Amino acid sequence: MRLEPVRIDLGDLGFDEGGHLLVKRALRRLSPGAEVEVGGTGPDLELHLATWCRAQGHRVRPGSPAASGALAAWIVTRAADAPGEADGLGWPGAARAGHADASRPGAVVEHPPATWGLAARGARVEPGSPDFGFTLADRIEVWSDDAARLYAQAVAAQWDPATAVPWSASFELPDDVEDAVVQVMTYLIENETAALVIPSRFIARLHPHFREVMQLLAVQAADEARHIEVFTRRALLKRAEPGLSTAGGQASLLTLVQEPDFPIASFLLSVLGEGTFLILLRFLEEHAPDPVTAAVSRLAAQDEARHVAFGLAHLRRHLAEDPGFRARLASAVLRRHDALRHTAGLNAEVFDALHLLAAGSFASSALRQGHRKVQALLAAMDQGRKGNLERLGFSPTEAADLSSLHTRNFM
Amino acid sequence: MNDTKLSGSAPLVLGAVAYDPKVVTIWDGFKAWFEDRGLPFDYVLFSNYERQVEAQFEAVIDVAWNSPLAWLQAERIAAATGHRAEAIAMRDSDQDLTSIIVVRADTDITAIERLRGKRVAVGASDSPQATLIPLGHLAAAGLEPGTAFEVLVFDRLPGKHGDHIGGERDAVRALVRGDADAACLIDSNHLLFSQDGTLPAGAARVLARTAPYDHCNFTILGASTPKTDRFRELLLGMRYADPDVRALLDLEGLKEWRPGRTSGYAPLAAAVDRFGTIDTFVARVAARCG
Repeated sequence: MRLEPVRIDLGDLGFDEGGHLLVKRALRRLSPGAEVEVGGTGPDLELHLATWCRAQGHRVRPGSPAASGALAAWIVTRAADAPGEADGLGWPGAARAGHADASRPGAVVEHPPATWGLAARGARVEPGSPDFGFTLADRIEVWSDDAARLYAQAVAAQWDPATAVPWSASFELPDDVEDAVVQVMTYLIENETAALVIPSRFIARLHPHFREVMQLLAVQAADEARHIEVFTRRALLKRAEPGLSTAGGQASLLTLVQEPDFPIASFLLSVLGEGTFLILLRFLEEHAPDPVTAAVSRLAAQDEARHVAFGLAHLRRHLAEDPGFRARLASAVLRRHDALRHTAGLNAEVFDALHLLAAGSFASSALRQGHRKVQALLAAMDQGRKGNLERLGFSPTEAADLSSLHTRNFM
Repeated sequence: MNDTKLSGSAPLVLGAVAYDPKVVTIWDGFKAWFEDRGLPFDYVLFSNYERQVEAQFEAVIDVAWNSPLAWLQAERIAAATGHRAEAIAMRDSDQDLTSIIVVRADTDITAIERLRGKRVAVGASDSPQATLIPLGHLAAAGLEPGTAFEVLVFDRLPGKHGDHIGGERDAVRALVRGDADAACLIDSNHLLFSQDGTLPAGAARVLARTAPYDHCNFTILGASTPKTDRFRELLLGMRYADPDVRALLDLEGLKEWRPGRTSGYAPLAAAVDRFGTIDTFVARVAARCG
């Protein structure tokens, strides 16, 4: 049975003014070889319609003006090789790249094809798309069901460095104490720089199919950018330049920056490094000699807690699927310890600065008190690491051994 | 899929004119596609069609991807030297093109006759679509170019037979500026220039449209060979729905390859006969190769 052709009357709408959208819409609804009658009064309509059809592979022939009531009409026959609604407006063979909603079954696939590239998760991807070569493309290595929640939390918790810190608070510290603050800030800045560089490098390698992880790493890098800003600003509040950067400290950070494996880098940086840092920042808030130092430490600690939570969440998931991975994590700690065996570890200037800040003055009793507080800090850091390691399924003995091998540089 | 008879033999060599950097992408892509299907293939790029036509008569290339003007050059040299030129395939978008002559909407030029004494902007001097065919159309209507009206030539990349769009765009801009009273261009560029704003909405009116004509073709000289047969067969078998070639077909501007035909070259042949455009070249190459 031959169906009556579909009719479109463009009136005086020019083909170049949008008339082609109406013709295109009508053709998409047809099967190959079916016809649509196009009528209109635009002066260049026939010229443009014929040209457009030729470029699209559709055929066109004169129709009967009387049939449509327009001044002139043409019959367009849909090309055989043109995507239509039956194909979801894409080429046959276009595959759906998982589903947008990560909670749907099959939404996040184990090994997204490289040719899905930058496509939104859940989009239909035409065959023939280029291979982007993302090297972090295995779900087990990167995915965490918590990523979306942590990302939303991170976005909601973004604080503005200009207003969240009482920069204009009036205070004056003894020179030695101010120097100690500047030295600690100098140390914090280089550690936060490592924490910015590491997720940034992984973002560029991560398959965008794992959208929530990509977004979380991006906001994590943005967190570190703000930390670098506020620590720099505190360091320069009363001084023209920051303090000392040591070779041992940088060597320790280099082992993190150079770690190519995402889950291992995440373990070393987020779980052990930032986990330890979190306790350091709380210590600094507690013993800050001025309100600005207290505020920047408190704000940074809020963010670091989230980074630790993500590291723990995706590693726990990874270990649930591949318990053998625990041994690789342990050997990564040993490897890093060996690599750092001949370095000085924590900058002595930083250690002394923490001691002085905890003491509050050079009085003997205060110094003794400060020493105890720093010892308690180290013990708390060790406890915190052991707790996190046990959350990842290490036995208390293993956790104690691994924690003791953590870098003396804290991060 | 592989044709074992051709695998390992000397490649079929195609000539094409490098009118745009994308030509390399196109032919590298097709080369891989042909070779995957057992046709050894290579290509040579020329900076102009005249060099390519000569090279084909020197047997440097087996197939020439010829402009319509290059086709006429090859066909006439072949006729003069006892050869036979054949158009074996062309794009769907090479068939039934028209050129148009546009004027500004606010002028009183309502008929071709009123172009007498005016300035008519055209594309490259060797462009079939933007110069030779429309000027031939006007001449056939009794208006001899250069005598009845002034011709403003926007000669972008001579030797490339108008493949580059720049000449037509310059001609249209001259019309819009008021430096010309009419401009000649191919129909598809009228739609393109209307959409991209080169030709503002309502600024121009179509004064005349030529008869339909055909554009490029793959030319061979003499009898076909197993290699040229296989080349043609593979071309005609390409499908736009195939993602491996779709991007190349998009770059080359077609949806499907069709068998070649020579019935669509009469308007250009009439124009070059009238203007003597290719006589010297044809005579020179024929004398050398005859």
